Amino acid sequence: MPKMVDVQNIQFYYKSDGEDIMLALKDITIAVEPGEFIVIIGHNGSGKSTLAKHMNALLLPTKGDVFVKGFNTKDEANVWNIRQNAGMVFQNPDNQIVATIVEEDVAFGPENLGVPSAEIRGRVEEALDIVDMTEYRDKAPHLLSGGQKQRIAIAGIIAMRPNCIIFDEPTAMLDPSGRREVIRTIKKLNKEENITIVHITHFMEEAVNADRVIVMEDGQIVLEGTPKEVFSNVEQLKEFGLDVPQITDLTNELIKEGIDLPKDILTVDEMVMELCQLK
Amino acid sequence: MSIEVENLTYIYNPGSPFETKALEDVNVEIKSGEFVGLIGHTGSGKSTLVQHLNGLIKPTSGKIVVNGIDITDKTVKLSDIRRKVGLVFQYPEHQLFEETVYKDIAFGPQNLGLTETEIDERVREAMELVKLPFDELKDRSPFELSGGQKRRVAIAGVFAMKPEVLVLDEPTSGLDPRTRDEVLEEIKTLHDRYKNTVILVSHSMEDVAKLVERIIVMHNGKIIFQGTPRDVFKEVETLESIGLGVPQISYLIRALREKGINLKDDIFTVEEAKKEILKWIRSRKNV
Repeated sequence: MPKMVDVQNIQFYYKSDGEDIMLALKDITIAVEPGEFIVIIGHNGSGKSTLAKHMNALLLPTKGDVFVKGFNTKDEANVWNIRQNAGMVFQNPDNQIVATIVEEDVAFGPENLGVPSAEIRGRVEEALDIVDMTEYRDKAPHLLSGGQKQRIAIAGIIAMRPNCIIFDEPTAMLDPSGRREVIRTIKKLNKEENITIVHITHFMEEAVNADRVIVMEDGQIVLEGTPKEVFSNVEQLKEFGLDVPQITDLTNELIKEGIDLPKDILTVDEMVMELCQLK
Repeated sequence: MSIEVENLTYIYNPGSPFETKALEDVNVEIKSGEFVGLIGHTGSGKSTLVQHLNGLIKPTSGKIVVNGIDITDKTVKLSDIRRKVGLVFQYPEHQLFEETVYKDIAFGPQNLGLTETEIDERVREAMELVKLPFDELKDRSPFELSGGQKRRVAIAGVFAMKPEVLVLDEPTSGLDPRTRDEVLEEIKTLHDRYKNTVILVSHSMEDVAKLVERIIVMHNGKIIFQGTPRDVFKEVETLESIGLGVPQISYLIRALREKGINLKDDIFTVEEAKKEILKWIRSRKNV
């Protein structure tokens, strides 16, 4: 089976007037397996959004190749296939909504794929059900909350039946409850619908449940591993200007004081268990 | 400069099918020189409330008294109020419009009728406060800057007005952790330097906890409680029930207390949790 996304030694320059002005990606190689849940973290300007845009052919590498389900993004004939396989959800829900009624907005993608209208109906229903927005089907999107709008944007992608969805800071503009709604939806897509997820975020708590966390800095991948492996590098993450979950930070501080705790505690429950077992 | 809000009610689209009561009988007093946090989830009424403070929205009923003057009075010139109460909107970088960073920041002070020298001083100081290098950036187009820099230019534009009351509506949303911490630090520097009144609207508990003296919590158009960060974060259940979280540390302390471990219940920072847990571990060893 081909990799879901296979990024091979890519380099990317942003251009201005035909001249290379900024090296945004230096030499990135990364493979995403089908069904995987990957979180990419890194501060603004680290290249994470640029990398994400390579994963559905919105940007093409200056050097190297990107394959989505075996299709090379450089070949223009593959673009439709790629976009259908890998959908993308952006930061601002308001910029992603095109129709005046929720249902019509969700139907926009499959319509453009030329799906017969009877099937579109089924897909829209299913997609709204997955994001838990069925009761809002005939509402106007602009009257919904940020979290609800973002779930509509996600439904619009699901209706295109992609194998992989790339989320580019989908929670950055949402309040805590909106953020929770969207994160719950993303997890559900991965666990129940078996959709491959690449999730870019600034919120470290959102990385705790990923299969793999990738940390980017200055156009390169600087750390990679399970959440436990990555977050145990507290000092290094702080140097990159990133947060670690408060619990991990506390663990690190307690270890420095000579308390015998494992380095990779990520959640409140784990911390409570470890502290209660201390001799 | 003090602000008193008395029995403030505001109804959007009155008499239409979309009629919504955004604020209901809000009473709050903010003292001169105070640094307060206003939290609540989307739709709780916090943005509506702050837009009343400089007369952008007129109350359906109730009063807003700024420094002893009722600004809802028809004879009050709102332009005077707006000089004193500066508002930084959400995503203020969407309001950048000038050709250069300098001109954009100078726009407010120019409208105050200041001399060129005074304007120049204001722009320099505002840029220094938000840590934008003056010589390097003054002639650049604000539209070519990074997201964090654009946000700072927009904030500097309000700083340059030297408002006696500064209201910031979600000033850090969408910023990465490093830029977020820097921007908050810059707001704190301004407050320390001029002792102006600052109202920080946010849904990030962690941000608010680090900076403010008092937190005002809004829900469904009402103020449901207020107090020091320490008092407010004890209310884990109430905050969760209205869609707000508390810092992860507060959850840990609660969980440990439920296990019968005797810790103080008002801890919300990593630093304090470390001290308190070390104390507990060491006291156990001594038994």
